[in-house]
Amino acid sequence: MSAVLELRQVSKTYGEGAAEVHALVAVDLVVDDGELVAIMGPSGSGKSTLLTMAGTLEEPTSGEVIIGGQSISGLSRNDQARIRRRSVGYVFQDFNLLAGLTAAENVSLPLELDGVNAKTAHRAALSAMRQLDIEEKADRFPDELSGGERQRVAIARSIVGDRNLLLADEPTGALDSVNGEAVMRMLRNACQAGIAGVVVTHDAQLASWADRVVFLRDGRVVDQTATPIAPESLLVPGS
Amino acid sequence: MSVRHALLALLSEGPKYGLQLRQEFEARTGEVWPLNVGQVYTTLQRLERDGLVESDGADDESPQKGFRITAAGDEELVGWLHTPGDIGAPPRDELVIKVLIALTLPELDVQDVIQVHRRHLIEAMQQYTRLKADADDDEVGLALVLDAELFRLDAAVRWLDAAAARAKRRSRSTASKTSTATTRSTRAARSVEVTR
Repeated sequence: MSAVLELRQVSKTYGEGAAEVHALVAVDLVVDDGELVAIMGPSGSGKSTLLTMAGTLEEPTSGEVIIGGQSISGLSRNDQARIRRRSVGYVFQDFNLLAGLTAAENVSLPLELDGVNAKTAHRAALSAMRQLDIEEKADRFPDELSGGERQRVAIARSIVGDRNLLLADEPTGALDSVNGEAVMRMLRNACQAGIAGVVVTHDAQLASWADRVVFLRDGRVVDQTATPIAPESLLVPGS
Repeated sequence: MSVRHALLALLSEGPKYGLQLRQEFEARTGEVWPLNVGQVYTTLQRLERDGLVESDGADDESPQKGFRITAAGDEELVGWLHTPGDIGAPPRDELVIKVLIALTLPELDVQDVIQVHRRHLIEAMQQYTRLKADADDDEVGLALVLDAELFRLDAAVRWLDAAAARAKRRSRSTASKTSTATTRSTRAARSVEVTR
């Protein structure tokens, strides 16, 4: 396993003087390929800020963000955007699908924006949709899909092409518990297929789908769950 | 979990042997609630004493001793299924007591105490979720048992979240009261100096 995402001593401060808010304070985090990490914490603990830093949507005040071994800090805005387009997929609570595009067009859009030709992008979109068992809805428009199906399309869009980092902000917030669980199962499967995933949630049941849960409080990492024992090691005497 | 009523439910499907009852109980609860043979036979003896099951009269602890449900047993089972549990009297929850006590100790960071329990609960939830993730789609019984455990633990995590928020609000209001009191006493001291 190798680190896909690394945050080294990342801090983010908004405002100045009396209005200064320390949203993140010296956060260290490493997420390997094949790993799904959940970030939990109360409102205002810095969960969403951490995700925007990880997704290079904002620059940290200090510290370093490394994606796929490449430090983002010294790069131009264009280079940052290129890494974001090619390596990072996002899943949002409200799906963020474009209403005028079919499901497959929504999924292929990030590739087409990156200059991939329409035919290749469409093929990659169908392949991602197949992984999420939603290929048969490829020609449907978002308003013809259920909430669970829309989120599956959104996840397909986040893993299409060669993306290796999936960032999700409360991805099941708009779904009932059974559909929410299905979404987490898919995120887990996508990660097991070799992607690194970070899910921000306040829901313990959803967080429990992650390999590791990291707890934030007042912008700091205060704790994390122990790495679970691999089933094979249970079979080795004395381990 | 009522072993008594679970056994009645299994017997409502038809007569069964003691050993078979234990195996079926464990299979249906996804082996989350292991039972020992002693528990099964003690419970069956009590059910027989109460007239809720009948046995074929073989040796008391023989695995080949057969049992069947009586009409009174059927009535008991249906009645139990339709009777809501007692939610009026909360149990003396160890977790609640620990957090309450932690709040009264000023040197202790109650948030740290809460976090230890939160992590412990979520690690347990991860174990149950893994079992669910590995289960086949048709294992509905297992999924339901695991869901029940997960919802129970989730409720405890939510309570901890609420406790953490309340404790934080309390410490802020205590800090602001202290600071107001300090400002007042400073002002009072200044005014005394000015008067002098």
